[in-house]
Amino acid sequence: MADELDALLKHPGEWLRGVGPVADIVMSSRIRLARNLEKIPFATRATDESQAKVLTLVKEALGRVPSLERALFLELGGLTEVDRQFLVERHLVSREHVVNPEHKAVVIGEGEAISIMVNEEDHLRIQVLQSGLSLPEAWAMMDTLDDELSQALPYAFSPEWGYLTCCPTNVGTGMRGSVMLHLPALVITKQINKVLHAITKLGLTARGFYGEGTEATGNFFQISNQVALGRSEDELVENLQRIMKQVIENEQSARQTLLSSGRVQLEDRLWRAYGLLKHARTMSSVETLDLLSAVRLGVDLGLMANGAAPAGGNGLDRTAVNELFLYSQPAHLQKLEGKALSVQERDAKRAELIRKRLGAKQ
Amino acid sequence: MVCELCKQSQATVHLTEIVNEQMSELHLCEACANQKGAQVESHFGLADLLSGLSDFGKTPEVEEVSSKACPNCGMTYEQFRKVGRLGCSECYPAFKRSLGTLLKRIHGSPVHVGKSPARAAGTKAAKGAPSLPELKRKLEKAIKDEAFEEAAALRDVIRRAEHEEHQKPKK
Repeated sequence: MADELDALLKHPGEWLRGVGPVADIVMSSRIRLARNLEKIPFATRATDESQAKVLTLVKEALGRVPSLERALFLELGGLTEVDRQFLVERHLVSREHVVNPEHKAVVIGEGEAISIMVNEEDHLRIQVLQSGLSLPEAWAMMDTLDDELSQALPYAFSPEWGYLTCCPTNVGTGMRGSVMLHLPALVITKQINKVLHAITKLGLTARGFYGEGTEATGNFFQISNQVALGRSEDELVENLQRIMKQVIENEQSARQTLLSSGRVQLEDRLWRAYGLLKHARTMSSVETLDLLSAVRLGVDLGLMANGAAPAGGNGLDRTAVNELFLYSQPAHLQKLEGKALSVQERDAKRAELIRKRLGAKQ
Repeated sequence: MVCELCKQSQATVHLTEIVNEQMSELHLCEACANQKGAQVESHFGLADLLSGLSDFGKTPEVEEVSSKACPNCGMTYEQFRKVGRLGCSECYPAFKRSLGTLLKRIHGSPVHVGKSPARAAGTKAAKGAPSLPELKRKLEKAIKDEAFEEAAALRDVIRRAEHEEHQKPKK
């Protein structure tokens, strides 16, 4: 079991490659569907038996789903605490999913673009994650996967109300779309609250890096829209994509303002962050996110791309910075080290990892 | 910001409560928030919001259903009202009347217009959203049943669909 996770550790998921439309601002696009199986009790009324039945049905069905041909099926109960946290850090499962791991599982598709939480609030929580602003592409992949799954599993569906879910707020399409945005210039120019306020008025919600209940760190905002009854999936995707484009335009113009009116101050701020990352001996995860956010902005604006890294070293490019966001997190550090680390040990190891990846000589 | 309960860890969960028009904020670390979670949830959870939205207990037909249990999982409407979550797929038909009102209030529309599993089975008619004739049939039925809210929502959906059809170039 751990071997399969170690294989994941070697590469970040496809969605972190930092490619795709407007990847300088949009980290990733995600579509999630809630699906349940007919007549089997939802989480509220579930028993050990009923949950075990869901696991068996899903496991058996995987062989009949072409999109999941080489997928991993992992039961969370059989994993260590660190391994479960590792899955959360990779955005493959929610934080809620690992709280009581018994009878829960995750299906991970090739390249980590697809993941399915089994026995979360709904029997299936299906996710498709893509790099950049690519909601239509993510939906296309999801649509096919969902069609395949619906032929392999007896979905709970009513022609009138759509897909039946544990929580009545999800019934209908059972769909949520979200986009992870990096908005440092809107934060620096203090326009972010205005933008977030406008977003809320349009029925969207903004959250932190890890979704529900988390604070925005490193200037990352996860903006999502839930459409359940009365709207089609295509409408949701188009609507969210359109609003995101406007937010992106705002961030782009804030970046230009920073460049034209305070370039020296901006460069100073970004290079200071780089200096700290390259030389500090301990580094907390929150400080890392903030500093990496600054370096990512520098890279995206083309202010740091050349000369920062020694020739042949780990250059400063978006993919390298994205990887640092992932590998500097607690469970990733501990898996890289192959053992449990205390908070202090982690802070030291984190600083060491970052120094190495940024090509510091010692 | 440090957690207000243990005063040690970083506060990452921020709760805002409004009781008697007094707003109070609580900043907690994840461990303390999880511990307090049950209390907070029962104090002010989704269930309260949902029951605030439903006409529970006010109309005769809802009273009628409150003690009726779902034939498949045994959940009663009363229990659903407390937890805000359904027990299984069969709870939906079992509580159809009261849920219909609730869903309309949550979503602003009581009719699903998205994809369906039947579509995957290859029936071309079911590809994408329900077809126009299908929607029109639903509308006729709604008018006949005097389900006017549903009919109004369907009318909007049909208008939108017709508008889109009009805009799309013929394939």
